[in-house]
Amino acid sequence: MTPPAALVDLDRLGFDAGAHLLVRRGLREVPIGGRLRVRGDDPALGVHLRAWCRAEGHGFSVDPDGGYDVVRGEAEQLRWAGAERAGDPSPQGVVRRPPAHWGLAARGALVEAGGPAPGFDVADRDVVWADLAPRLYAHAAAAQWDPATAVDWTIPEPLPADIEAAVVQVMTYLVENEQAALVIPARLLARVHPHFREVLQLLAVQAADEARHMEVFTRRALLTGGQMGTSSAGGRESLNSLLNEADFSLASFLLSVLGEGSFLSLLGFIDEHAPDPVTRQVTRLARVDEARHVAFGVAHLEHEGQLDPTLRGRLRAAVERRHDVLVDTAGLNADVFDSLVVLAAGEWTPEAIARGHRAVQRLHGTMDDGRRQRLQRLGFPDDEAAELSALHTRNFM
Amino acid sequence: MPGDVLVMGAVAYDPKVVTIWEGFRRWLTEAGLPFDFVLYSHYERQVADLVAGSIDAAWNSPLAWVRSVRLAGASGRTVRSAVMRDTDQDLTSVVVVRADSGIEAVADLKGRTLATGAVDSPQATLLPLSFLRAQGLDTEGDLTVRRFDVGVGLHGDHIGGERDAARALMAGQVDAACMIDGNHLLFSQEGVLPSGATRVLAQTPVYDHCTMTLVDTAPAELADRFVDLLLSMSYGDPVVRPLLDLEGLRQWRVGRTSGFGPLTTAVDEQGFYGADGSVLAAGYRP
Repeated sequence: MTPPAALVDLDRLGFDAGAHLLVRRGLREVPIGGRLRVRGDDPALGVHLRAWCRAEGHGFSVDPDGGYDVVRGEAEQLRWAGAERAGDPSPQGVVRRPPAHWGLAARGALVEAGGPAPGFDVADRDVVWADLAPRLYAHAAAAQWDPATAVDWTIPEPLPADIEAAVVQVMTYLVENEQAALVIPARLLARVHPHFREVLQLLAVQAADEARHMEVFTRRALLTGGQMGTSSAGGRESLNSLLNEADFSLASFLLSVLGEGSFLSLLGFIDEHAPDPVTRQVTRLARVDEARHVAFGVAHLEHEGQLDPTLRGRLRAAVERRHDVLVDTAGLNADVFDSLVVLAAGEWTPEAIARGHRAVQRLHGTMDDGRRQRLQRLGFPDDEAAELSALHTRNFM
Repeated sequence: MPGDVLVMGAVAYDPKVVTIWEGFRRWLTEAGLPFDFVLYSHYERQVADLVAGSIDAAWNSPLAWVRSVRLAGASGRTVRSAVMRDTDQDLTSVVVVRADSGIEAVADLKGRTLATGAVDSPQATLLPLSFLRAQGLDTEGDLTVRRFDVGVGLHGDHIGGERDAARALMAGQVDAACMIDGNHLLFSQEGVLPSGATRVLAQTPVYDHCTMTLVDTAPAELADRFVDLLLSMSYGDPVVRPLLDLEGLRQWRVGRTSGFGPLTTAVDEQGFYGADGSVLAAGYRP
């Protein structure tokens, strides 16, 4: 008989208190088929060690000189024989096409073979990834704010009723848009392979951002005790067309690059013309978040566009398709347009209304400029960028 | 057509039985064996159907094995123990007392109350009672046996009876309790038997547990293929590994009959089955 290769002395530690940890550790030091001698003073040690060895696939015998001999079985080695690393934990270790069976395993984890292969259909690095994603997520996580404390919810003095009504209408419209902007990343989130962890995190924070925006815009609308404003069929039709876009890149393009990009200009406009500090604060806070969403959308489409020459064609087709779908709708809620004019006018004189109207026209121009710049960054030539920007929905988003 | 498919019986003592045998069925079928299984609500009907040739194989408890041998013998048939789990070999049962009970030896159980599992539990009733008799204790005259009849007909596969016996011990309702060694470990880890509160008074010699029983009316070629395929299952195969985990084994082993002696003795001592496999045990209603 070969001498035991190793010895574990459990002292008084029993299997009801974790003794198996020491035995398992000891067994790792001997080869398959090798023997480990186990000694200990727990009265139930012999009963429990025998049962544990049987369940774990190890051999067991009583040593005539006291203690027990455990022969290492091969079960643990067999369990991990076909295991593989799910890539590398660092962002640089992201693989092009993570296999479905990596599923929910942490990136870089040792994945036991077998198990489920969840259907995360957005599983191509070049469709979702941007090298900027880890940095953007870090920024997003650090930039979270609490609606209860980040905003001073006191309005120094009541606004004139029709100015207040214009604020309420604009806020109502913003909530509607933010709801769409929450649902879209949330739907995409559920489809992205978790291997692209930073993208999931970013989309989750994006959804959380929108959840906060919904709250603060609603709270501002109801701050003076009134009711919410109106929601037009055409406005909802426009947003609905975003929800129907199943392709990750195209949905991201329509929402983040075109929609939220235009939205940035709108929030800037409201910030500039806000008639009260609460409206200004909520708009300004939301705008910082939205700028990050746009940055990610542009960054990952830039990344994808460099690798996929067909991307621009598909982006163009998506804009045209959406335009066609919406061509028979009214687009922007007329109440919203009028309210923006009133906000920019600030008072009900013909001169002020004319000034407000000009300001809203300038807003359209600003939105158009922004869209064109972003389209150019994605590689569209000037004339095509101008053409596509013009086809963007009249609903802004 | 009978004979074209190997049909195995399994007792549905837990919903996981369906998962296990559906999975094995798929694996065996893909490996080229026409295989099906039927579920039974208790072992007695499964054994009767096996010996009658209604099924070819039975995933049997050790007690069902003993009855299969007897019923088969009485009707001119033979059965064989084809395969077993690695975890079916060399089991023991223990008799547990409270640490502070003052019971230091088996003889001290005289006049005391002993908790067992269900009437048909090999590991928590039949075997430990037989063991205590061999230690010189009259289990009918010297002590009161309190049975915990949970899952009667399942031959102890349902561990509820053993757990109830352990609880009764801790509650001071009984002086000692019988259970399989693995359940003593489980109950200790669960806290049903708190650390240091109990003591193992005695441990039985080793015995064997479940076995895949084949009857001689089974189509020989299919039966051999079935056995070969089970023995070929590898814990390294990620398809079968979850099923092996569920069924509680790492490896199928060639069946043996050397570990059923103690139970056969217990069955006779306690008049559980007759020599012809008839069910004699008083109050046993599967």
